[in-house]
Amino acid sequence: MNFAFTDEQAMIAETARGFFTQNATSARTRAAMAGDGIDRALWHGFTQELGLGGIALPESMGGAGLGMVELAILAEAAGATVAALPLLGSLAMAAQAIVAGGSDAQQAQWLPGIIAGTCIAAPGSSETATASNDHISGDFDFIPHGGSADLFVLLAAGQVWLVAADAPGVTVTAQTTMDQTRPYARVTLSDTPADPLPDAGAMQRASQAGWLVAAAEALGGAQACLDQTIAYANQRVQFGRAIGSFQAYKHRLADMMIEIEQARSAVWWAACALDEGSEEAAIALHGAKSFATDTFAMCAGNMIQLHGGIGFTWDHDAHLFFKRARALQSMLGSNAWHREQVAQLIGLGVAA
Amino acid sequence: MKLGFSAADEAFRAEAADWLMGQMTGDFVDIRHIQGLTASPDRRKQWEQRLGEARWSCIGWPEQWGGRDASLAHQVIFAEEYALCGAPGRLGHIGVELAGPTILTFGTEAQKARFLPDIAAGRTIWCQGYSEPGAGSDLGNVRTKARLDGDEWVVDGQKIWTSLAHVSDWIFVVTRSEEGSKGPKGLTFLLMPLDQPGIDVRPIRQINGEAEFNETFFDGARTHADNLVGAPGNGWNVAMGLLAFERGVSTLGQQMGFRNELDAIIAAAKANGAASDPLIRQRLAKAEIGLRLMRYGAMRMLSNTDHARPDGAALTYKIQWASWRRSLGELAMDVLGQAGEVTDAAGYDWPTLPNLFLYSRADTIYGGTNQIQRNIIAERALGMPREPRGTQ
Repeated sequence: MNFAFTDEQAMIAETARGFFTQNATSARTRAAMAGDGIDRALWHGFTQELGLGGIALPESMGGAGLGMVELAILAEAAGATVAALPLLGSLAMAAQAIVAGGSDAQQAQWLPGIIAGTCIAAPGSSETATASNDHISGDFDFIPHGGSADLFVLLAAGQVWLVAADAPGVTVTAQTTMDQTRPYARVTLSDTPADPLPDAGAMQRASQAGWLVAAAEALGGAQACLDQTIAYANQRVQFGRAIGSFQAYKHRLADMMIEIEQARSAVWWAACALDEGSEEAAIALHGAKSFATDTFAMCAGNMIQLHGGIGFTWDHDAHLFFKRARALQSMLGSNAWHREQVAQLIGLGVAA
Repeated sequence: MKLGFSAADEAFRAEAADWLMGQMTGDFVDIRHIQGLTASPDRRKQWEQRLGEARWSCIGWPEQWGGRDASLAHQVIFAEEYALCGAPGRLGHIGVELAGPTILTFGTEAQKARFLPDIAAGRTIWCQGYSEPGAGSDLGNVRTKARLDGDEWVVDGQKIWTSLAHVSDWIFVVTRSEEGSKGPKGLTFLLMPLDQPGIDVRPIRQINGEAEFNETFFDGARTHADNLVGAPGNGWNVAMGLLAFERGVSTLGQQMGFRNELDAIIAAAKANGAASDPLIRQRLAKAEIGLRLMRYGAMRMLSNTDHARPDGAALTYKIQWASWRRSLGELAMDVLGQAGEVTDAAGYDWPTLPNLFLYSRADTIYGGTNQIQRNIIAERALGMPREPRGTQ
């Protein structure tokens, strides 16, 4: 038992923080927001120069063979800068699904490109889509970075399917999305050929990785909100004093830190529980996703409030955090849904 | 980063659990699951001595003084097993967790030899004399006076919220020894025997009807000059050093008590149907998540070996658990409904959950109120400007 980073993990964290701080600047992120929500140079640097695309994938499949702790470290650093990357959809969810449930051939076909960043994969699901003879028809909503994807990993009709974006019958409609760093698309399939993963349980692994990465992104984002608000509190003067000297202001900063420290425990607990195959993993993941993303939303809301009018302007970055936080709360199951899963796990039976 | 315990650790767990369960189903079955700080003090003193004889009283201490030099993992495991087997709250906890570590850190070799073996053996029970009627959150405002008279310190004044004073043998007090000094300067940290004519202990009745805390009056009370810890006038540093010990492994044992309380609420909700209410389910889930995050926060705190840096988990821990438990008390009453507001007891004596609702109002006050905690977090962890001090 040692609930602290190893030296190697601390080094990865430092490398990731340095990379995102230097490269995922506000100007670059805003340029990506005006486009398809992906900073291509950043993605290239992350996957090619740093070679971090396969960090949590097995070495036999071209990955680095590390675990969910290391993946969460990267997601935390990316979240701290609201980086415009397909990290969650492509590396965490789609890649983990293919690793967990794909055939050797499917893994060999798709993983090298995903790891290298040359193939962007996006996950999705549909309750109403139908499958017939490995062809799918139906609508898939809220596909993250779906407008830019080369490959879709889709849950439909009880199976997980790989669908190439350029396959016949695929219509992708990119949607104006509140969080422009992770725009959604609607994907409509019309008798589209699809390649099923042999193991349909793959989506569970993808969801778990997705919940963890969402929580880790939220942790990084929440801490960034606090850090930037502290900087402002020390610099902004009203009534002849730094506004950070007012107790009403200080206490809100303290409240942010109290939540963030719990979110930090939640993220590393969930990451370790997944890596160690702990029986607590389910409760840890539902807890981390709901707690950390709620924390991020609370901190981002406070960031706007504690900046006053400037925090409400488009030019200030507060709204990037605020919108990312809102998206994380809603995606991959609402936080009320995650807490309901916890309620069932602790033996409360079914709701009325 | 790893959460699981090693096979050797699990073997230690089995050994500890086996011994504890043997005691709790054998000689000490009568004080198993006992609640409150003060019930059955004589039997609990015997229990402290049994722990001491078997060297389970303070396993993190050096072997020389009655401990086992136990690793962090072993301390965590013992705290968990202690609570799991239903062993009673430690009557000796202030000695083991506060007085002992303070003497270990700031005491002379003679003081260590004089006091530590007795604490480890459960022969002396300690209490803490910090707060005064005019010095609650503002500890620097201490007015209890100490003056040196030959080879004895003579103490006059009043302490308050001295839990366990009526069953304790010794008290450590923060006193003002320099006439006219103000704030943290001129304070002196003394160890004093309680059984003497100059000390009078009077219980304070609380909102739940019980009396776990006391007022302690000092009127010409005396202690030998050898019982000064640190230098005269340096008591503030000793007192502040002591506060750092309050976030030790004991928090994990405390959490096991919280676990029992949440389980009781879950059981009550299942019994009366509240568990099917979606809003109650959300709150129970939040409470469950919060409790587990407390555990892993404590693990982070205990795993942190870089004590030079302010530790975020440690600085936020007090307000985290206190706020969580106060909310738990409110949730308990929402689950129970009006049934929680009546009791079959003849006196004003409450079962666990209504008592939790009442007692938990103290949690966000003692040991630094939530408001003081927020000041500390903002100033020490976040570097915000300090609160201005008044001139009085």
